[in-house]
Amino acid sequence: MKFSLGPILYFWPKRTVEDFYQQAMTSAADIIYLGETVCSKRRELKAKDWIALANKIKQPDQQVVLSTMALLESAAELMTMRQLIKQGQILIEANDLAAVQLAQDMKVKFVIGPAINCYNIATLKVLLKQGMTRWVMPVELSGDWLKILLREAEIAGIRDQFEVEVFSYGQIPLAYSARCFTARAENRPKDDCRYCCINYANGMKMNSREGQQVFILNGVQTMSGYCYNLINEVQELADAGVDIMRISPESIESLSVVEQFKNQLDAPRRYPLDSSQECNGYWHKIAGMAIA
Amino acid sequence: MELLCPAGNLPALKSAIDHGADAVYIGMKDDTNARHFAGLNFNDKKLAQAADYVHQHGKKLHVAINTFAHPGQWQRWQDAVDNAVNVGVDALIISDIGVLQYASDNYPDIERHLSVQASSTNVESINYYHNNFDVARVVLPRVLSVQQVKQLARTSPVPLEVFAFGSLCIMAEGRCYLSSYMTGESPNTAGACSPAKYVRWQETDQGTESRLNGVLIDRYTKDENAGYPTLCKGRFEVEGNVYHALEEPTSLNTLELLPDLAKAGIVSFKIEGRQRSPAYVAQVAQTWRSAINFYQQNPDNFIVQDTWMSALAKLSEGSQTTLGAYHRKWQ
Repeated sequence: MKFSLGPILYFWPKRTVEDFYQQAMTSAADIIYLGETVCSKRRELKAKDWIALANKIKQPDQQVVLSTMALLESAAELMTMRQLIKQGQILIEANDLAAVQLAQDMKVKFVIGPAINCYNIATLKVLLKQGMTRWVMPVELSGDWLKILLREAEIAGIRDQFEVEVFSYGQIPLAYSARCFTARAENRPKDDCRYCCINYANGMKMNSREGQQVFILNGVQTMSGYCYNLINEVQELADAGVDIMRISPESIESLSVVEQFKNQLDAPRRYPLDSSQECNGYWHKIAGMAIA
Repeated sequence: MELLCPAGNLPALKSAIDHGADAVYIGMKDDTNARHFAGLNFNDKKLAQAADYVHQHGKKLHVAINTFAHPGQWQRWQDAVDNAVNVGVDALIISDIGVLQYASDNYPDIERHLSVQASSTNVESINYYHNNFDVARVVLPRVLSVQQVKQLARTSPVPLEVFAFGSLCIMAEGRCYLSSYMTGESPNTAGACSPAKYVRWQETDQGTESRLNGVLIDRYTKDENAGYPTLCKGRFEVEGNVYHALEEPTSLNTLELLPDLAKAGIVSFKIEGRQRSPAYVAQVAQTWRSAINFYQQNPDNFIVQDTWMSALAKLSEGSQTTLGAYHRKWQ
């Protein structure tokens, strides 16, 4: 089992991002994803900066992957995407079929990210032919779903042709919209958002009127209110054939989370989950926000 | 320019055809479509009757097979495609790449329309589906502004269909897991958003409360009408303010954009609402038929008639309508 750091989903200042990755280099992470996946208006780091940063932190024993945007609406966003794919040195994570199309055009291999709807073997077969090397399972799917699917992949003789990664820790990216909910909360139009999401390092809490933390607003993205945490399922995922568990960065503390996850392989211990802040339902085929 | 209307059963389908629809879209009676509701949709026999009725009137029938196939249960999606083709439907509305591959390999002559659930919002994504599965049409998610739709229509290798009226999804369709996060069931996997079996209304001292799987979605005072707890349309608290943090209970109505969209070359105007009654379908179809006819007769002097707007407002959630993401300021 390997452990990855997913792309930072929030809008952090450039300095914070650079510090984070500087420290990530010496963390327990085997794979580091980086890049803007949520909003193209976030330009503390531009495409060329992400590429430069990726090259800077690249080490022989730590794979670096450039993640790309999920919801693309303009020609300018596609230009940026093209730039990220064209660099040719660093593996890319596709979060929209546009990235797959461009990667195919440029004959580049790719990771299928969690924002692409790949739910079954028929789809995996198509994407494999097109250059997929790794599949990140959609966040809403369960362990049972995965096990049946991987058995089908065994039978079809394709299981050894791709790696499987599962989103395992952090606020879950649940939805994308044209509307910016952070700007809306501040009564600003999106076109005059003043990049206000940079002021919310972990998004804005959206609570029910009973104080239950329902969702997190992160610009055009809506995230789970509770932090997904499969720390107690590391061995189960390994047994199911998962190759990589993804830790989504919440803060610099997430680097220690990677280590905690890794330790579960050699010296497993039970971590009690807090039902007012954490969840693990998706993996267990119940409501995502629940704890099994 | 096609008027494409929804139908959840035969009476609604007949109602749509009789009131001016050029085409009707329906789904099978299982989780292969994104409106998998109890008492709704078509079995094989009804599907054949639907095809007969539509074709007798010289109109078209589209079948939505737009959820994502479950592992170990592929047969159901394959059957849905096979059965639709066997009764002679005119188009398959598909979102799953695996199902698209199956349909294009086995039935290259049956039109494949890319479902809104595939979340294709840009020209390279459209190129992907065009190059690989030769889709004949792309249904755009409700996330683009009218300027972006126009731009895409200029560059797309494939004709485009847009949502014109009905319930407003505010997230990129097919990429929203809010429902499964709260209930375990999502449009992608179970074919339903905020499913009815998880809904509870409760009278309390503070007013009527609506809940989804126990989560308080909204609370209504005596003079407010309690609505269905669609989870993105409730009132929540953000930074101390209680408001519709994601969206108000409102419907999409694009009547005033009809000339813009028509001039951009949009080939089909889709009405949402396979879960709606035959009477609802009749009224929406009739109103949009009048508007489209009026536009075709007066392309340069199109004026939205008050009677159309009031007819549609009555059919809308909270009697409110919006241009949604088409209008940049909404975003």
